Amino acid sequence: MRYLPLILKNSVRNRRRSVLTITSLAVSLCLLGVVGALYTVLYIHDVAPAQARRLVTRNRVSLTQPLPLFYRDKIRHVPGVQAITVSQWFGGIYKDSRHFHNFFARFGVEPGVFFTIYPEYTIPEDQKQAWIQERRACIVGKDLVTRFGWHLGDHLTLQGNIFPVDLELVIRGIYDAPEENESLFFHIEYLYEGMPVSRRDTAGAFTILAAAPEAVPQIAPAIDDLFRNATAQTRTETERAFALSYVNFIGNVKRFLLVICSAVTFTILLVSANTMSMSVRERIKEVGVLKTLGFTREAILGIILGESACIALIGGLIGLLLASGVCYMIRQGPAFIQQTKALTLQPGTAGACLLLAVLIGTVSAFVSAWQASRTTIVEALKDLG
Amino acid sequence: MALPISYNIRNLIERKTTTLLTAFGIALPVAILLVVLALVTGLQAAFQASGSPQHVLVLRKGTTAELNSSVSRQQYQGIKFKRGIAPLKNGEPAASLELVQVVNLPSVDAPDGMNVTIRGLTAAGFEMRHHVQLSAGRMFTPGQREVVVGKAMAKRYPGLQLGGRITFARGEWEVVGVLDGGQSALNSEIFGDLHQIAGDYNRPDALSSVLIRAENPMAAQALIHDITSDVKLNLGAMTEVAYYEQQTTASRPIKMLGMLVCTLMAVGSAFAAMNTMYAAVARRAREIGTLRVLGFSRGNILLSFLLESLLLALLGGGLGCLLVLPLHNVTTGIGSFVTFSEIAFTYRVTPQIILAGLLFALVLGALGGILPACGAARKAILVALWEG
Repeated sequence: MRYLPLILKNSVRNRRRSVLTITSLAVSLCLLGVVGALYTVLYIHDVAPAQARRLVTRNRVSLTQPLPLFYRDKIRHVPGVQAITVSQWFGGIYKDSRHFHNFFARFGVEPGVFFTIYPEYTIPEDQKQAWIQERRACIVGKDLVTRFGWHLGDHLTLQGNIFPVDLELVIRGIYDAPEENESLFFHIEYLYEGMPVSRRDTAGAFTILAAAPEAVPQIAPAIDDLFRNATAQTRTETERAFALSYVNFIGNVKRFLLVICSAVTFTILLVSANTMSMSVRERIKEVGVLKTLGFTREAILGIILGESACIALIGGLIGLLLASGVCYMIRQGPAFIQQTKALTLQPGTAGACLLLAVLIGTVSAFVSAWQASRTTIVEALKDLG
Repeated sequence: MALPISYNIRNLIERKTTTLLTAFGIALPVAILLVVLALVTGLQAAFQASGSPQHVLVLRKGTTAELNSSVSRQQYQGIKFKRGIAPLKNGEPAASLELVQVVNLPSVDAPDGMNVTIRGLTAAGFEMRHHVQLSAGRMFTPGQREVVVGKAMAKRYPGLQLGGRITFARGEWEVVGVLDGGQSALNSEIFGDLHQIAGDYNRPDALSSVLIRAENPMAAQALIHDITSDVKLNLGAMTEVAYYEQQTTASRPIKMLGMLVCTLMAVGSAFAAMNTMYAAVARRAREIGTLRVLGFSRGNILLSFLLESLLLALLGGGLGCLLVLPLHNVTTGIGSFVTFSEIAFTYRVTPQIILAGLLFALVLGALGGILPACGAARKAILVALWEG
């Protein structure tokens, strides 16, 4: 540790090189941080207490195949189930489907139980009652309201493309949820009214609230067993797994993220190995002087490795700061997938990235540092030329 | 007189560790760029091979996807006898009534299940898609629960191999044949008898679409106009080419993510290259002075160092291309939100893509090399000689 001032002095000696290396590492670490945050939010992130209790039941064959509505009453009696609502993806066209700007999720649900199942969604009580009481009413997320400049009482038309129905809706409420604020919810009954009788009593999916998180693992197989021999078999999974299946739909995202992570890690290795090999080569005579002064091999090894670790640490810190900025920007942007709305750089992820950076910084300098520490005094000083 | 290029090559070889480390740093973003481009090109090739300008796809008015569409047999009869439709071998008009459904099956990439398109059609539908050949097994028998699958499906879905059985609708279906659809998106579909599938899904009179083969592309446009303006039919129509074109958006999320990553990594690599070149300049200060004394101009020095940086980048670009080459013709799948199912296609590493990758590497090399080269050129002779 008493070599720390020397290490710091060395780090800033060739200022241009240090700045370039640190910038290069910062960019890599920024990328690693964002990808890591994405990975965490998709595969590791701790879900909100209410989300951990929610499950989704859909048709086993595919989400495009509906389930009979009477399944709702059967599922309600499965032990551990507290509440259930129909959750019907409406699709549809708002104004003009060619612009992605006009796209947002529209679901038909049962307003009576909706806020029981989604307790983290908040809405003024009068707006909630207004929605429940009027069949044509709908509620929208607060971010959607900002996007379209809507007001309470505004009318909007959704042209059906999955269903042969056009919905004429009135905005009666604006909800606020911790993560996702860009959906529209309407009375499923209103959709049924406009449908031909043969397609009326069906549901695309059911959202279920378990009484306790511990009940969740038993509920899923219990529901699927219930309909094992029925014409329409079900598939029940946690809300999180259900949302993930959409992400996997885009492609093998998990593999993609891991490939990026390893490519970036490898880049960090290359950059810091290169820097250290250049700076050690330039300073070989200095190593000779240090040795003459009585510095041991180990001390020289430590000084060089320390310098590399120090540079990696600074680059890493700047990069992670940038990464959390990028995460913030992504959070503010349009929700391409719902999960990006919760994209934050968790301390654990950041710590892991930083540790990785310092570790790689140290390891990459090892070959140069080792060679330098093994050079004999005579050889090192010979280079003076 | 310019400095010979062999001078730069010798220099790069002399510092081989640094050269290789920097080149690999450039190779990685180039490789990522190439993977993304190969994916997009492959997907586009699949869609281009699928659509024929002579084919017209008829859907319910207002929808742009077969999955949301509904066409009755009566409407089909109304379309069948429009003018301008090419005849089939047996003299009937080339119009194929089809039903499209989606099933969720476990694939190699997604053991939890991925959506796959099932298409019910009749012999007419196969005759119209003449580029589709049976590559193994036999065709399904009408009236039986039998299916034939596209070759990409047979490869990617363990349950869809020849002789395999899958469960959907009201029973088990046997895979009796494998189809080779060339490059087209039909490789990603499962085919069965129209009437059997329609009956199983309880949609005997609510089918999905009608595919028509017009006499020529001009007649196709006339047919589209004819069908969309027929109030009694209440259907919409577009060419098959246009239908597949709108699906190329499927690669957009991967493309965006890939480009972002590639740009960030490229910035990092450009800085690393700059670092290397600065070191090269610093190390060769005396050499630069000597060259100036010998009569080489500042411009010569600038050009020489820039050239060295470009060479270094080119080496990196080449390495990047080599890394990506094994990916050529590898089959992968991507989900399309239009069909709500997976499209299988192969990565295509074409010469254009490789050229784009090398150009990208050169840009990185130029960005990293220009400042150090300027620095080298600006050095005063005496200072340079003294520094070394």
